[in-house]
Amino acid sequence: MVTLEHYLILSALLFCVGIFGLLTRRNAVGVLMSIELMFNSANINFIAFSKFITPEALTGQIFAIFVITIAAAEATVGLAIVVLMYRNFNAVNVDKINFMKW
Amino acid sequence: MQIELSLLSPQLFLLLWAILVFVVDFFTAERNKASLAYLSIIGLVLTAIISISSKQGETFGGSFRADTFGLSFNIIFLGSAILTVASAVDYVKAHLKHQGEFYGLILLSTVGMMFLSASGDLLTLYVSLELATISLFVLAAYMKSDLKSTEAGLKYLILGAASSAILLYGISLLYGISGTLVLDAIALKLSQMPTVGPLFILSIVMIIAGLSFKLAAVPFHMWCPDVYEGAPTPVTAYLSVASKAAGLAALIRIFFKSLASTSMQWVPLLMAISAMAMILGNVVAVRQHNIKRLLAYSSIAQIGYILVGFIAVSELAVTSIILYVLAYMFANIGAFMVVIAFYNVSGSDDIMAYAGLSKRSPFLAISMVVFLLSLVGIPPMAGFIGKFYLFSAAIEKGYYWIVVLGVLTSVISLYYYMSIAYQMYFKTGDDDSPVRVSPTMAVALVVALAGTLLIGVYTQPVLSAISGASSAFF
Repeated sequence: MVTLEHYLILSALLFCVGIFGLLTRRNAVGVLMSIELMFNSANINFIAFSKFITPEALTGQIFAIFVITIAAAEATVGLAIVVLMYRNFNAVNVDKINFMKW
Repeated sequence: MQIELSLLSPQLFLLLWAILVFVVDFFTAERNKASLAYLSIIGLVLTAIISISSKQGETFGGSFRADTFGLSFNIIFLGSAILTVASAVDYVKAHLKHQGEFYGLILLSTVGMMFLSASGDLLTLYVSLELATISLFVLAAYMKSDLKSTEAGLKYLILGAASSAILLYGISLLYGISGTLVLDAIALKLSQMPTVGPLFILSIVMIIAGLSFKLAAVPFHMWCPDVYEGAPTPVTAYLSVASKAAGLAALIRIFFKSLASTSMQWVPLLMAISAMAMILGNVVAVRQHNIKRLLAYSSIAQIGYILVGFIAVSELAVTSIILYVLAYMFANIGAFMVVIAFYNVSGSDDIMAYAGLSKRSPFLAISMVVFLLSLVGIPPMAGFIGKFYLFSAAIEKGYYWIVVLGVLTSVISLYYYMSIAYQMYFKTGDDDSPVRVSPTMAVALVVALAGTLLIGVYTQPVLSAISGASSAFF
């Protein structure tokens, strides 16, 4: 039997994988993918809570649909900026992008 | 469920106007594109009039609420958009391609912020926050062939998206705990719970972390100086005021409405963030040579001051935050206007280049001094009144040490702000040709000056106008 805890553990693991990727990935596309993982871990939470805590209302599932849409919009702008970065710096490696330092 | 679309009229009107700007852009010849800026300003002013005159209430089952709190923040968003667009005309004409989209995106971002300040549930809040932010990602990277602007866009995008994912995870946990997304219902549910569990603490920490990125509060400020330096200067001006005000509106909506009964859990956390922001922002600003970076660190410090008022969680806290953000809007965008006007002529953001500005353009120099004094909080400028109310909100609740820290760090800020004034008045530069200010910019500067001085002198009318704002929470 799959319980709420299983879903929460899965989403927490997925979130940690996302954070890890965000901090260690050097490729900008990889960084964007890690962020997608973080969004999706929140989605798992929303749907699991919707199923187990408020089964009569669909609030969580609807939230997940909105998040998917927003993540798509964010990825679109993100990839556009990565293309821009490739044109200007001739690299998609985020290490190379450090003109400004404090 | 009764749906009253008339409550949304300011937001919908501005959305349509933004689309109008995009469409008119198609039919405008390249040399006439500057007229789109005036078209945008007309739209923003009309939206402000509609906001003030439209009625209040809530609709969509409490998801959208038009109240005095939302109205006050709408005026702040619209005011900063108007000042930004007015100051951007010459800069955009000289440095940016695709002028129409620039103004259209600023309007769209403002629409997002206006929905945000009116949100009554976490879904509306999240979606409108993203609408406001995604437009700003594009604006930060707007100088397509400029390396710094691209870097700014990339950094803002990655950290902004990551922070919104963290915020989202926090929201999902809060939803799991309370079983609802409506802010009122969450408050009711939490007040019925005898104790709060570790899951709740985790969700609060993640929500604070996510929103602190938008506010650029320490320790989530790393993107701020780089993005401010790299982005086109009008975008920086808009980011530093409107985007922060939007983050504050979200923070107040969530924490004062839903989580007020658990304030024991999160006040210490925000107090620590506030103290760190005041110290780090003011100390690091001392060593900056680029004026945009200096203003970035100063804006980090300003968020620290605002959070001093925030932790009081009282009626006075809401009023004082709105008053301070209003004062901050005029002073900070005003300072950026001087930076833009100077950059248009000299092409430099270096503080050294400001040497002798008092002779090259006495008007710009004196305006800059007024704005900087308001940022420090010297009477009779608006910043003084704002800071006074923020600190008295904290004293009312007995948080003395943080107020002392606020006053001490303000003294540090006096040093680096006045070093700019020193450059302008007591140093002589190589170039002494006069700096010409365009009529639009001059009008915008006069408006910002008038706002800075008048709010400081005639505070009472402003206070009575925003006094209803706290009734949404207490």
